[in-house]
Amino acid sequence: MDKVIMAKDLSLSYSNSETIINKVNFSVNSGSFVFITGASGSGKSTLLKSLFGGLKPKQGSLVVGGVELSNVSSSKLNFLRRHIGIVFQDYKLVKEWSIEKNIMLPLIINGYEKGVTQAQVDKLLKHVRLNHQAGKYPLELSGGEQQRVAMARALAHNPILILADEPTGNLDDYSSQLIWNLLEGANSQLKTTVIVVTHHIPRNMSVDYKHFHIEYGSIHEVN
Amino acid sequence: MKSIRNHLSLVIALLSILFSIQVFMIVERSIDAYKENLASNYSVVVVSQKKLSDKSFFALNDLIESVSELTPDSVIKKLNSNMEAKNVELLKLALPKFYKLKLKYYPNPQEIKQLKKDLLKQKGITKVEDFSNNHDTTYKLLVLFKNVIFVFSLTVLIVTILLIFKELRIWQFKHNERMSIMGLFGAPIWLRSAVLFRLSIVDAFIASVLAFILFSYIASNAWIAKELENIGISIVMFDPLNDFLLLLGVAMSLSILLASLIVLGHKEEV
Repeated sequence: MDKVIMAKDLSLSYSNSETIINKVNFSVNSGSFVFITGASGSGKSTLLKSLFGGLKPKQGSLVVGGVELSNVSSSKLNFLRRHIGIVFQDYKLVKEWSIEKNIMLPLIINGYEKGVTQAQVDKLLKHVRLNHQAGKYPLELSGGEQQRVAMARALAHNPILILADEPTGNLDDYSSQLIWNLLEGANSQLKTTVIVVTHHIPRNMSVDYKHFHIEYGSIHEVN
Repeated sequence: MKSIRNHLSLVIALLSILFSIQVFMIVERSIDAYKENLASNYSVVVVSQKKLSDKSFFALNDLIESVSELTPDSVIKKLNSNMEAKNVELLKLALPKFYKLKLKYYPNPQEIKQLKKDLLKQKGITKVEDFSNNHDTTYKLLVLFKNVIFVFSLTVLIVTILLIFKELRIWQFKHNERMSIMGLFGAPIWLRSAVLFRLSIVDAFIASVLAFILFSYIASNAWIAKELENIGISIVMFDPLNDFLLLLGVAMSLSILLASLIVLGHKEEV
């Protein structure tokens, strides 16, 4: 099976600070669903950040989607990011854009035609049950609704990999369930690799998943 | 309303820069026109013991545009109107020659000094009247006026550039988040900064059009035209094509520079 992520002796740290992730080795198969857990400050969000090139490896090798991230050019990084969908706990929506335009963002970047873009956005808005709010702006929505928009944006361009950093951290049950359903749907129907950083793994997961736990800078798989 | 506010701050800053540039150009043109007026009325009188040709004057200094000999008739008339014709002719021959020199442009005091020196080197020339007292006062007034306007324009320019830098920080803050989010999804730098450049180009265009309207009004204002006419100045205050293109060019360059500085200073925040 293809490996979508391969880390070898990977160490991560922010400039001049102590090492957060220390010489870890792990890999993720294409089409798998992975949870990364760990205590606050353990480095799970830092690891996720490194997976989309937001933080360069201090040591070792990290290959995502065939791109070596330890010494990557900005054009190659942009190319990789065009095939990744990211969801953050704080949504990271463009406040001055309507939610429709926010969802369109990855499609515009990937150069989709206007007709395709609109059809995809309409479909996703229905999926996240916000089709009646297309023209609204992020700040006019609740936290749960904003996260659903972020989720729709992450799915818009049918990415090979979805990275989610505590996607249901602050959400009500309804929105949380909707987010999990969308992530599971992308994984089971589209074979999208999903990596979720979270404190709690939901009990009613309908797909098989892998579980990595981070502790004291090292990572191990939980059976 | 929000969109107007987005544009207003840069448009006002750009407009004040364009205003100071155009005012400086108007003053420069007025001074040049005034100098031309002065030059046409200003002349140097030379007294020579012998007759000199125009060529010999032109060879002395490049500033000389034309030479005309002054007839002594009016002087003789004042001396004695009952003088015999024979004596008048004799007196005419005994009197020195007077020449009036017109200059190519209104010279500065140093150029006048040099001209006087060059003329006195010529054999036969005994006196040069350059009316330096009047000339120096007028010239100094012109220079003072020009300097005051220059300082005024420069002050407006500096204050506005400081305002623009403040605006730059606000823009940096405002656009950084969007640019970072676009970067997360792999947008190339040109796409990330497209909104910023579009905004700055639109603002530059709005500021130039406002400057065009403002100076077209000023140029067609009857009171201002009358005031200029009173001091004998006739200038093109605002050339709708050339001046507009110049102001548009300045506004575009400044706002594109501003946008480029923001793009260069952008740091990805995740």
